[in-house]
Amino acid sequence: MKCQKCEKPATFHITDLIDGKPNELHLCEECAHSFLAPASEASEVMPAMAGLLAQQLAVGETAEELARLDQRTCPVCGITFLEFRKQGRLGCPHDYTYFVKELEPLLMNIHGETHHVGKVPQHCAKDAEQQTQLIRLRREMKEAVAAEEYERASKLRDKIRGIEEKRKQK
Amino acid sequence: MSINFEQLTQASGEWLRGTGPESDIVISSRIRLARNLADFPFIARATESDRSEIERLLMEQFGELQRSEQLAADLLHVDVAGLEDIDRLFLVERQLISRELADSQGSRAVVIDQHEQFSVMINEEDHLRIQVMHSGLDLAEAWKQIDRLDNLIEQRVTYAYSDKLGYLTACPTNVGTGVRMSVMLHLPALVITRQIEKVFRSLQKINLAVRGLYGEGSQAMGDFYQISNQVTLGMGEEELLKKVGDVVPVLLDYERQARDFLLRESQETLHDRVSRAYGILRNAQTISSEETMHLLSSVRMGVNLGLINDVKIPTVNKLFIHTQPAHLQKITGMELDSSDGNIERASYLRRHLGSDGMRSEQN
Repeated sequence: MKCQKCEKPATFHITDLIDGKPNELHLCEECAHSFLAPASEASEVMPAMAGLLAQQLAVGETAEELARLDQRTCPVCGITFLEFRKQGRLGCPHDYTYFVKELEPLLMNIHGETHHVGKVPQHCAKDAEQQTQLIRLRREMKEAVAAEEYERASKLRDKIRGIEEKRKQK
Repeated sequence: MSINFEQLTQASGEWLRGTGPESDIVISSRIRLARNLADFPFIARATESDRSEIERLLMEQFGELQRSEQLAADLLHVDVAGLEDIDRLFLVERQLISRELADSQGSRAVVIDQHEQFSVMINEEDHLRIQVMHSGLDLAEAWKQIDRLDNLIEQRVTYAYSDKLGYLTACPTNVGTGVRMSVMLHLPALVITRQIEKVFRSLQKINLAVRGLYGEGSQAMGDFYQISNQVTLGMGEEELLKKVGDVVPVLLDYERQARDFLLRESQETLHDRVSRAYGILRNAQTISSEETMHLLSSVRMGVNLGLINDVKIPTVNKLFIHTQPAHLQKITGMELDSSDGNIERASYLRRHLGSDGMRSEQN
């Protein structure tokens, strides 16, 4: 079978949910990668940030430690530390908690401070769990769809809708 | 309300009005806030469905704010993804959207105030980039306006925020207040007297950033420079406002001293430089955008110093923007390659600066 987007052989068979209906896609490795990757992954690297990170990480970190660090993955949005290092942009609010040890010296370097002073929103999410719940569930749903586990995906979708409804009423 | 480029083309935007305190040197005061919704991943990890959901949700909130008369009814809602390239470029030239928003992919939008005092970009580097622009030196008023706008939006959505780190942003360089306060200055005399580098170095030492007309990485076209805060964490908004605000009088003083020096020590040379620039702009048959910016800068200073008396600052300010590629094409209604563009630009300048036909006094 040929890839639907180019002439190469299709090695990836993906089921995408469009408005709740499964849609079959047959793609080669390259096209599958760009299809599955988040929309802006290819966005430009911020050289200043990347440079600053590299500089900071070089201090006191062996290649081995660095490789291990790069593999760390945020449980909420799924970004690896390596991806953050490359693009200079974080993946979700929880990254500030999950990568706190790595980010603190960086924040110190950029701002000379690690604590916020100034405006506070009138209302905030009640707790950290509430802040990250929807992001995590949406990602799990996407993964369930990719793994063709439709039952799990539809349960997750209902759960997400339930939370969204509750938020609207508040 | 859908976008009406004709109307936008006719207008010239709040920040080009050429009024407000110190407006001979301070072109505009601009503040932007970076905000994210707590319930969605940041843009780097957002899928297209996240992006379109963010856009839909935020646009709905703007609609509600307009219906409840908390915001003006005539805001423009622009689907940036659906625009032609030239229209995106037009909005960049006008400083209503960033280059990043214009060039990225996927669902993205902007809400524009008809007076062009504020715009809100959706799905740029952060979910929300709110910006307010005022003519002249007016940071305090701009802050009041953006603070109110931020509160209106925040009543309806939950922002990503932590007690320790403040407003959480996609890039750690913006975390905390998420605010960038900037003033755009016209500093031709500091450039001519070769003092500009020295000034920049001292600004960097006190943690202020210097950028060109179009922000990050852009060349300082037409001797325009944006000075803004570098730090966003650990300093409150009022403090940041003061930090940027305090340095402006010093820079104004330097620029005015440099102008006085030029007038005193080499009035003929300066007058000649200004007059030649004016002469070229009034008579050229083909001219690039870069050369136009460069010459307009001399003319602008000449008008401020009373060396040119038959053209007004708002007209010069307007020409800076209206002679840029996308604006020129919108105004003439023609698709122009760069050599046709250069011919049209020269003809537009002749029409507006005098030697050819009617002189425009509109702003």
